[in-house]
Amino acid sequence: MTAAAALVLEGVHKSFGKHEVLQGIDLELAPHEVVCLIGASGSGKSTLLRCVNLLEPIDEGRIVLGGDEVTAPGVDPNRVRRRIGIVFQAFNLFPHMTVLRNVTLGPIEALGKPTAEAKGEALELLGRFGLADRATDYPDRLSGGQQQRVAIVRALAMQPELMLLDEVTSALDPELVAEVLSVIRELAEGGMTMLIATHEMSFARDIAGRVCFLDDGVILEQGDPEQIFTAPREPRTQQFLQRIVAAGRL
Amino acid sequence: MFGVVVVLVVSNAPGWPEVKRLFFNAEIFRDSLEVIPEAFLLNVKIFLVAELAILPCALVIAVLRGLPGPVFFPLRAFAVVYADLFRGVPTILIVYLLGFGVPALGLSGVPKEEVFWGGVALVLVYSAYVSEVYRAGIESVHPSQEAAARSLGLSHTKALRFVVLPQAVRRVIPPLLNDFIGLQKDTALVGLLGVVEAFRQSQIESAATFNFTPYLVTALLFVALTIPLARLTDWLVARDRRKQLAAAGAR
Repeated sequence: MTAAAALVLEGVHKSFGKHEVLQGIDLELAPHEVVCLIGASGSGKSTLLRCVNLLEPIDEGRIVLGGDEVTAPGVDPNRVRRRIGIVFQAFNLFPHMTVLRNVTLGPIEALGKPTAEAKGEALELLGRFGLADRATDYPDRLSGGQQQRVAIVRALAMQPELMLLDEVTSALDPELVAEVLSVIRELAEGGMTMLIATHEMSFARDIAGRVCFLDDGVILEQGDPEQIFTAPREPRTQQFLQRIVAAGRL
Repeated sequence: MFGVVVVLVVSNAPGWPEVKRLFFNAEIFRDSLEVIPEAFLLNVKIFLVAELAILPCALVIAVLRGLPGPVFFPLRAFAVVYADLFRGVPTILIVYLLGFGVPALGLSGVPKEEVFWGGVALVLVYSAYVSEVYRAGIESVHPSQEAAARSLGLSHTKALRFVVLPQAVRRVIPPLLNDFIGLQKDTALVGLLGVVEAFRQSQIESAATFNFTPYLVTALLFVALTIPLARLTDWLVARDRRKQLAAAGAR
């Protein structure tokens, strides 16, 4: 473990009842690194992200964020979550709030920012991602792609040091996927450290500095995207990628 | 059709002339209208004040019941016992116990008016019912909403206040109004303590005239108060359905 790591996971285990979803995850992200998690549904990708954000308590191991062990006893999870942005598959926008209020809720209520400052920053972020004219709309007036971009802006408004993206394009109509992916690409180019669970293999290949293949709760294989996608070493990785190719997703 | 049959059967019954005299006496009806509506204002007053107390009390109980973690077990247990107890015991017994029991204690600084304790009894009972309505609303908000709020670093309390409760309360307004229709009627129970509200007043009128027509007047007054609330509930339910259809169509 290097001192400068943005995120370190050491021997992380997580069970739901008898089912052990994560069976010892070791993973390290350098600052500005983009790591994609691939693997079949149920391989533990989402659980891994939720554990990093402390939405799920882990059973064993430790998680270190920017040098601070966040799984240590007595750590306030709210303070940890303010440093991490997470975007969910189903957007999870707050339907009773305008887009602007969705984005400013965290900065105002969790960070204690003055309302005017939070609004200014939110409008600037919304503008950067082509959403300035939707600020006063409620989420149900927006397309899926717009909703997911708002969700990304909502996470960014907290000025996180790490972003977790959980299958953010899986719930979108195919023609709306591109607009969301281009936002993520922009974040990567801006140097955001990101851990991305995705089914978009060509996107992972394109954007990731490293790809991890999750299988049955362990990282079975990880490496350079070119190597993983063209010359996977593990038979299970090969099988998984063959299924993806057969499904026309790569 | 059914109504016509009932009218025919009743009006041809052997005892009908006597019943007609006892329940549908026009003169006593007019006389009752002069005193009972005034007493009915007290029912309306009890209803409004109790409602204002029930809304926050019930919300507190519902929130207590949802507190996470082992630390809050006593508060959760309190909320469960409270809801079970006050929904389980017949309202009339609570009204009697508080209305006759507490003033009899003779404690100084404690109100002695029966109407006060009758109202308290209604608040206690209806807070139990309404807390369950709130709880259903809270549980109907998908857990991903709370997760999204917590992921922004909001505490459980703030997630509840800004994200979960506003959505929950909106959804339970129709069932809340339904419970309030029940509360309107149960204000008559306060009359059992000797408080002269509409029901008690009609008892007095009835005893003075040996006629039941005053009860009919009271019944009509309660119905007149219930109908607007019932229609408002219907309208809100219909509006919610329209909104949901519109939202589903937009996607």
